[in-house]
Amino acid sequence: MSPQVDPSTEAIVTRDASRRPGRKPRQRYDRREAIAGYLFISPWIIGFCIFTAGAMIYSVVLAFSKYNLARNSLSPAGFANFEQLWEDPRVAMSLGNTLVYALMAVPAEIAFALLLALILNRVARGAGMFRTLYYLPKMTPVVATASVFLILLNGNSGAVNEFLGFFGIQGPQWLIDPAWIKPSIVLMALWTTGGSMVIFLAALKNVPQELYEVASIDGAGPVRKFVNITLPMISGAMFFNTIVLTIAAFQVFDQAYVLFWRDQSGAAPESSLFYAIYLFQQAFRQFNFGFAAAMAWLLFVIIMCVTFIQMKVGNKFVYYEGGR
Amino acid sequence: MTLAPTAVESVDTETAEAPAPPKRRKKLMPKTVIGRTLLAIVATGFALLFAYPFLWLVSASFKPRGEVFDNQLIPKTFSPQNYSEVWDQLPLMHWLFNSIGIALLAATAVAVASSIVAFGFAYFRFPGRGLLFGVVLATMMLPAAVTMIPVYLIWKETGLVGTWVPLWGANLFGSAFYIFLQRQFFMGLPRELFEAARLDGASYWGMFWRIAMPLSVPSFIIVFLFEFQASWNNLQGSLIYLNSGSPEEFTAPLGIAYAMTKYSPTNGGEGDYQYVMVAALLVTVPMLILFAFGQRYFIQGIATTGNKG
Repeated sequence: MSPQVDPSTEAIVTRDASRRPGRKPRQRYDRREAIAGYLFISPWIIGFCIFTAGAMIYSVVLAFSKYNLARNSLSPAGFANFEQLWEDPRVAMSLGNTLVYALMAVPAEIAFALLLALILNRVARGAGMFRTLYYLPKMTPVVATASVFLILLNGNSGAVNEFLGFFGIQGPQWLIDPAWIKPSIVLMALWTTGGSMVIFLAALKNVPQELYEVASIDGAGPVRKFVNITLPMISGAMFFNTIVLTIAAFQVFDQAYVLFWRDQSGAAPESSLFYAIYLFQQAFRQFNFGFAAAMAWLLFVIIMCVTFIQMKVGNKFVYYEGGR
Repeated sequence: MTLAPTAVESVDTETAEAPAPPKRRKKLMPKTVIGRTLLAIVATGFALLFAYPFLWLVSASFKPRGEVFDNQLIPKTFSPQNYSEVWDQLPLMHWLFNSIGIALLAATAVAVASSIVAFGFAYFRFPGRGLLFGVVLATMMLPAAVTMIPVYLIWKETGLVGTWVPLWGANLFGSAFYIFLQRQFFMGLPRELFEAARLDGASYWGMFWRIAMPLSVPSFIIVFLFEFQASWNNLQGSLIYLNSGSPEEFTAPLGIAYAMTKYSPTNGGEGDYQYVMVAALLVTVPMLILFAFGQRYFIQGIATTGNKG
């Protein structure tokens, strides 16, 4: 993931080389120390073998099988589950819903979190209090947030529309009109944007003030300073937030489940059927474990591709102070 | 990713609340009085926007049935009996007990196990260490959806579905992100500290338990708080492992989702949303208390590692 996570290895090699000159690198390990090391990491190794590697292999097997609930057994199914990915129109639909949501939510969250961080970074008094207030929604359990927003976003009597009416705007039927369902969930995401905000704030505090002073001497206005100094200096945080928020947006589940899919009547509007919701339904309502496993692998491939593209694009724009 | 490796070492010295040096503050502030006032107004406006749903929730929890959907911040009819009736209406005590129990087990297990593993990666030299640590980092990229179904089938084989165990048991093996976080902290400790202890006859376990652990309390707390919150919020896990049991076995998030359906008029309920509001408030309050006590750890943890909770 990160090229700079392991600065230790090199140091250890050189230290060992100086202590025991002439030894082959292969023999430089102290046997007792190595055994102790393996013992210390053994919980992770066991967990990895069962819950990660084992589960992944199991998941591949499932994707090529048909699960029989009554007999709790698997039978080979070839590529049938993957063919079904193409044939089931709800796969494409839920994927489309998720993509549209991600395209709305990620830029909105980035812009809003950055705006809040800029305010917190400059406000004269009470910055600590404001930061606490802006961050608190992040502590609220998603289910509680959804239960409150269910009423706040009520199209007829909700507080959001009343607020909009104050400015003479006729608010939409947020949770009923298919076109406004995703914006509703984006609104909830914006209310809980505290995590991204804190990361931006930390980045802003690291921007050397001298840069602004020099720019002021050169006659740069606030907009130029923001575009030419602030944005490049916090591009690392921007990059990080974008990747993390995108991965989260592709897996959006809780809010949509609580608002639309918690009862199994199936009356929820189709535009709220996100990929993770459909996957969950297929797995734990229909018990189509094979098909759901194939869906999970498709999601994995999509997230990998999107992250890879973001990394490639990001590396062009991100400014690293060390000149990496 | 670029933020991730920044030092966690400063956790105990640099509190999140510590004011920046006054000289720097002055330069950041808008220069004119008007600018400063405008900024304060905007900041306060956003504060109200963020606070409003909380205030609304408190207010709604005191409203009688039928008034929950009105938009009065002060209830027309003050109905404190919601708070005594809710315990008969919903098995809220069970939900809170289950959630607290699972969250405590999950957070303790993952914090201790991840520390042990992290110390293994940070201090000891053994063949394949770099490769294995790379695998630890790689597992962070794996979406939970890929392992969700097989892990369920594994727990099903053990016959533990319907108990608390699937919701925290895997934490006994540590978790990649927390291993990474604790390792970063241990790497910052001077190696001489451990060499000295070694000479004094400390065992490897003693070095970990008596030296590394006490020094890593701040980052240990960060791990504990992050996982406690994650567990408290875990709706999907409860849905998978507890949903087929009786409502008494639910966790708080699952319980609230259940209550919303129970009172929904479309499901034959009578629209008693005031009880949902009381429950939502009582489930939120422990998190707010947690934040009140651990604020600097949360902020520091996010700012230095990029965790989103």
